[in-house]
Amino acid sequence: MTATEPVAETEVPTRRITVTVNGERRVAEVEPRLLLAHLLRQGLALTGTHVGCDTTNCGACTVLYDGAPVKSCTMLAVQADGHEVTTVEGLGTPSELDPVQEGFAAEHGLQCGFCTPGMMLAARALLNRNPDPSEDEIRWGLSGNLCRCTGYQNIVKAVRWAAEKEAQ
Amino acid sequence: MYPSRFRYEAPRTLDEALALLAEHGDEAKILAGGQSLVPMMKLRFAAPGVLVDINGLEGLGHHEETPGGGMRVGALCRHVDLEHSTVLPGAQPTMAAAAPLVADPIVRTRGTLVGSLCHADPQGDWASVMLALGGSVVATSARGRRTIPVGEFVVGTFQNALEYDEIAVEAVVPAAQGARSGSYLKLERRVGDFATAGVAVALESVGEEVVRAGIALTGVGPATIAATEAAQTLVGSRLDPDVVDRAADLAAAVARPRTDHRGTADYKRHVVATFVRRILTAERAPAGAAA
Repeated sequence: MTATEPVAETEVPTRRITVTVNGERRVAEVEPRLLLAHLLRQGLALTGTHVGCDTTNCGACTVLYDGAPVKSCTMLAVQADGHEVTTVEGLGTPSELDPVQEGFAAEHGLQCGFCTPGMMLAARALLNRNPDPSEDEIRWGLSGNLCRCTGYQNIVKAVRWAAEKEAQ
Repeated sequence: MYPSRFRYEAPRTLDEALALLAEHGDEAKILAGGQSLVPMMKLRFAAPGVLVDINGLEGLGHHEETPGGGMRVGALCRHVDLEHSTVLPGAQPTMAAAAPLVADPIVRTRGTLVGSLCHADPQGDWASVMLALGGSVVATSARGRRTIPVGEFVVGTFQNALEYDEIAVEAVVPAAQGARSGSYLKLERRVGDFATAGVAVALESVGEEVVRAGIALTGVGPATIAATEAAQTLVGSRLDPDVVDRAADLAAAVARPRTDHRGTADYKRHVVATFVRRILTAERAPAGAAA
């Protein structure tokens, strides 16, 4: 059991939640105002989920919530009670990477790497819906995720790489 | 950024949710998609004492046709459901055109049409679409149920006509008087940015003659703007070029844009006129030729 300590103040109401994170059942005691991104990063020490803009723009904090991509800075941790969350840590394992991860490595789909976890989860969700996206569809599908290095060219190639691998 | 402290409630039934609103009055706020409310709470523009999360309620995720070309959209129907809807493209062309343009793909996973109407942001796409379609919001409370036309529902910037004890459970589009056509166009500097300008056009025609028309404008004033005169000039017409020009000019004339980093007021008015002309010209072209 992992507990997220509420801030040191008396009488702060908390709520016990059970969330399946990367296939593992986790229980946490959270203040309702705790954001899902912070539960993942601080409460569960899954720091692969990055917080970029903190204003619902950049998509760096994208995780899968019951399989659908969401910006975890714009959801409350309590909303994940009884739900499944997948972070970049659950996308693949070092010995068995997700094709999207392989694609980002093969096509150099990252520069500084900050947007990468969110990009990859958004790409995973896109490919789950559309296994053979065109370049346009990839750009459109990832338009909620910003890369400040502007490395979009290779990100698009990486997603195409994953699509082609999965088609084999 | 963290929201202020609040009490969180996750009712399982609509009655429970309504009881919470009745109990807490203006301290309570409904959480549906949360894609506007949560950012506002983080910025402390909103600080509700009680958050009533309705995501656990059954029977609000629908969008379905109603007899005669109408539509019902439940309070938990997400933008993404409308974007990938198999019903909308044939039944509701204006809605189908708008759905992929709302916010960005990740936000569309969570955000809802009804929530967008309630948020009453002058930048909201759905308020324009529903205004052009002559749609309404169905509000429920322990006292009963009422239907509020979108034109009366959005009363100002971020202001809607709901009472504190009411929940907007559904948006409805009335039956059509003819075959539906129309579209939604939006100019934005990048996906997810506030619109420079947006235009919704909803037409109902018998043969080539327009029998009902609605035009509404996004992001060019302190609230969603109904271009009533522009729409009225189309009724009885066959969208001949002079009528289209007149409608475009009348729509631009009711826009109230402000000059900012997205463009000058004149430029935004020009965009409005161009979008009206573009949509109407495409509608007049024979089917298949509309590009």
